[in-house]
Amino acid sequence: MATALKDNFESTAPRTNHPDAVVVRFAGDSGDGMQLTGGQFTLSSALAGNDFSTFPDFPAEIRAPQGTTFGVSAFQVNFGSSDIETAGDQPDVLIAMNPAALKTNVGDLRPGGLVIADTGEFGARNLAKAGYTVSPIDDNSLARWQVLAFDISALTLEAVKPFGLGNKEALRCKNMWTLGLSLWMFDRDRAPLIAWLQDKFAKNPVLADANIAALNAGHAYGETAEIGGALRQWTVDPASVEPGYYRTITGGESLSLGLVAGAKLAGLDLFLGSYPITPASPVLHALARLKEFGVTSFQAEDEIAAVCAAIGASYAGQLGVTSSSGPGIALKGEALGLAIMTELPLVVVNSQRGGPSTGLPTKTEQSDLYQAIYGRNGDAPMVVLSTSSPTDCFDVAIEAVRLSVQFMTPVMLLTDGYIANAAQPWLVPDMADYEAFPVKFHTEVPAEGKFNPYQRDPETLKRVWVKPGTPGLTHRIGGIEKGFSTGNINYEAANHQKMTDTRQDKILNIANHIPDQDIDQGAAGGKLVVVGWGSTYGPIRKAVESARAKGLDVSHVHIRYLWPLPKNLGDLLKSFDKVLVPEMNTGQLKTVLRDQYLVDAKPLNKVSGQPFKIAEIEAAIDAELARKG
Amino acid sequence: MNDMTAITIPDGSKPDHWATDQEVRWCPGCGDYAILKAVQRTMPEIGTKPENTVFVSGIGCSSRFPYYMETYGFHTIHGRAPAIATGVKLANPALDVWIITGDGDGLSIGGNHMLHLLRRNLDVQVLLFNNEIYGLTKGQASPTSRIGTRSPSTPFGSVDQPVNPCAFALGAGARFIARGIDTAQKQLPEIFKAAHAHKGASFVEIFQNCIVYNEDVFAAFTDKKNAGPKQIWVKHGEPLVFDNGTKGLRLVPGQLALEVIDIVDGDISGVLVHDQTNRGLVQMLLELPFGDFPMVLGVIYQDPKPSFEAQVTAQNHSVAAGKKADLNALIRKGQSWTVHDAATHKM
Repeated sequence: MATALKDNFESTAPRTNHPDAVVVRFAGDSGDGMQLTGGQFTLSSALAGNDFSTFPDFPAEIRAPQGTTFGVSAFQVNFGSSDIETAGDQPDVLIAMNPAALKTNVGDLRPGGLVIADTGEFGARNLAKAGYTVSPIDDNSLARWQVLAFDISALTLEAVKPFGLGNKEALRCKNMWTLGLSLWMFDRDRAPLIAWLQDKFAKNPVLADANIAALNAGHAYGETAEIGGALRQWTVDPASVEPGYYRTITGGESLSLGLVAGAKLAGLDLFLGSYPITPASPVLHALARLKEFGVTSFQAEDEIAAVCAAIGASYAGQLGVTSSSGPGIALKGEALGLAIMTELPLVVVNSQRGGPSTGLPTKTEQSDLYQAIYGRNGDAPMVVLSTSSPTDCFDVAIEAVRLSVQFMTPVMLLTDGYIANAAQPWLVPDMADYEAFPVKFHTEVPAEGKFNPYQRDPETLKRVWVKPGTPGLTHRIGGIEKGFSTGNINYEAANHQKMTDTRQDKILNIANHIPDQDIDQGAAGGKLVVVGWGSTYGPIRKAVESARAKGLDVSHVHIRYLWPLPKNLGDLLKSFDKVLVPEMNTGQLKTVLRDQYLVDAKPLNKVSGQPFKIAEIEAAIDAELARKG
Repeated sequence: MNDMTAITIPDGSKPDHWATDQEVRWCPGCGDYAILKAVQRTMPEIGTKPENTVFVSGIGCSSRFPYYMETYGFHTIHGRAPAIATGVKLANPALDVWIITGDGDGLSIGGNHMLHLLRRNLDVQVLLFNNEIYGLTKGQASPTSRIGTRSPSTPFGSVDQPVNPCAFALGAGARFIARGIDTAQKQLPEIFKAAHAHKGASFVEIFQNCIVYNEDVFAAFTDKKNAGPKQIWVKHGEPLVFDNGTKGLRLVPGQLALEVIDIVDGDISGVLVHDQTNRGLVQMLLELPFGDFPMVLGVIYQDPKPSFEAQVTAQNHSVAAGKKADLNALIRKGQSWTVHDAATHKM
């Protein structure tokens, strides 16, 4: 078999086979199993004790036409012995299963990085589909990188020959061959992967054996091929992390578990009303399986029915939850107004994606902040929280439940497609360390006079929560403006003023019941503060860390509570000379901060459907500090 | 300290236990008053309690209904009452849930929810007040308005084909379908009782006279003089006769079609006997063209199947059976490893 090795890379990159961290990207056809391969590789990193962060990046089409650039599915994992906060700016290693995968991904590769390509897929047809006239392996166009090109397809066919699979099925084992080679490169234990394959194909032992043979063959290839140079083993030490029990978890899983934990801490059953939508569906899938935890999941006929059913469940005394993405949240808008008007608890999860309209269903963006804070008819305030990483989702989901039931208000929880699908190691907490916040339903029948369903706690302004079925407290609620405590229809001018003020004050007052804004790095009163929210946490943190290491006076503030904002935030931001706000939108938090605090917040915007690179934020920090004024 | 007055909670045994202190705000003479009265008369006979009863409505004249019922009530948003009611009933199946809606609310903006509520067979009663017009928005044509209806939004007459609510319900998979008239105070409580007794979604269309925007649109069969020849009240197991027993419905010999025949000397041979479980017959009755045929009224279809919330609850219980709800164990599932002090690792 032909083995081509071009080892003429530029020497711009650190070349060590004992790096702190390595970024590997697997890229192939959407049917090539790259997400699976990446996921299993990540697991092997976890088991090797590395810290890691992943970035699955796949097309909206389930099986786009084979070999096309728009059908390329990629999975990037950054793993290392140091603190890993992002999936990495630039891959060190790119595994390209076909020309289209090479074409769409190689530009991201670090100069000097390693490309492993399957020449078995580099026939004229696939080259043409990817838009190559000449094979890039042969025309020196990959000279900036090291290229290891060999016929993985043929090697796989050879390895699985004994199992008598058809050609198509046999080629499906390519991803395991590649995984085997990757495991060798990073000196990983194959045993857990073999066990996983045996379990996955328990009903079809031949397929299990074939895949294991491919995995072993890929591993053996690394060991015996003696290509030298580029193909060599790297050692990545375990990260020194807090001792404890860890698991890998995606944002979608973490958020679902947090909702269940929150409901339990509140002493409520959980009702999820949801409609399938990318990238929010993992929450529906996860909660649908947890019936023993008092979870009822309801796949509604549409987004509106999903939120309305959740409101109905909250009205009846459960914790109503609905989960969607931007377009679905838009459809829910009127019902959110109803939940605000009827002052019922409701948790609304928005796994944001690129917009507007259908936008980029599988790509990440954080452009629904305006929608979350302002996106309803009338003066309709609700609580807005955001999650900054897959593991953070757990605690934020609990917090969303707490605020919702303690203040009788809908809470919007903003996560995004990147967080939903990305995985991180999670130091699993002990639920005994969480303080419960049991809900007390109102049951007391007034000794005289009518029961007033809008009677309020004088401090928090929250109204009472009465479950239908409670004797003596029958009452009516609805979307029409109501009398201050009676809840009866009331169109009077002064009453509407009072009710609008009350709904607003109730939400703003929650600022007294949330933590003050902390500073992630640095201290108040410096030259520059970088303010973020959501999944930009990783790149901002790393960029600020790096800038501070260079001696720059820069701090990082990351906002979890987006509405109401923490009480001290205004003073904190004003203590800095400059405020820089990186966001994956056109400047939404920047506008909110300017509006709320009259601070001269400067935007740094990116809406490419891809997360920020650390370097992009570092460059902006440098530019902002250099800017006069 | 004075003696505390004992708190008495109305037990729902009298119609006035079901009336609120709120001033009813429908137009004087509106058919809704009659329906409200019929419902308040029915509730004591059902034997349920006000606190276990929930009225859910959407938006429109009819949807003000819950404010006048001394029960739990939720006046929601336009078209969404079926969706809200689904959450209420799934969260607490013990509640007796009634949905009040209209032709615009239930069949236009909320048509999709109605379809799915009926096919899922949620155990609720749906009372759809059909007046063939949008009343609360001042008189536009509705999805049940007949072709040629002149209204502010259709000044030259509507051109779109109206929907037949009961035929829609049958197509959607409803297992209980009935028709009534707002003023039919004798029959309405009987229909409501049957709807309540039915396990699963009960769909009741009530012809309701909007005296302001569509007065007398149903007069061709609701006027006293027309009641005999133009109304046929069907009953399971009884012959399909009307007009004081002088007319009946039978199959046209050799065809799958109905015809009206005169009954002479009480000879009802050939007249069809109503079978409320016969979907084919029901379909024909629901779609009989009015004019040549009378309006078919009463409980027309009833063929129960297990209700949605009963099946959801059963599955929740069976899947959860034998499993321990251990949250700490749950969050520890999946691919895991332990980091010891010396930073060594194992699965």
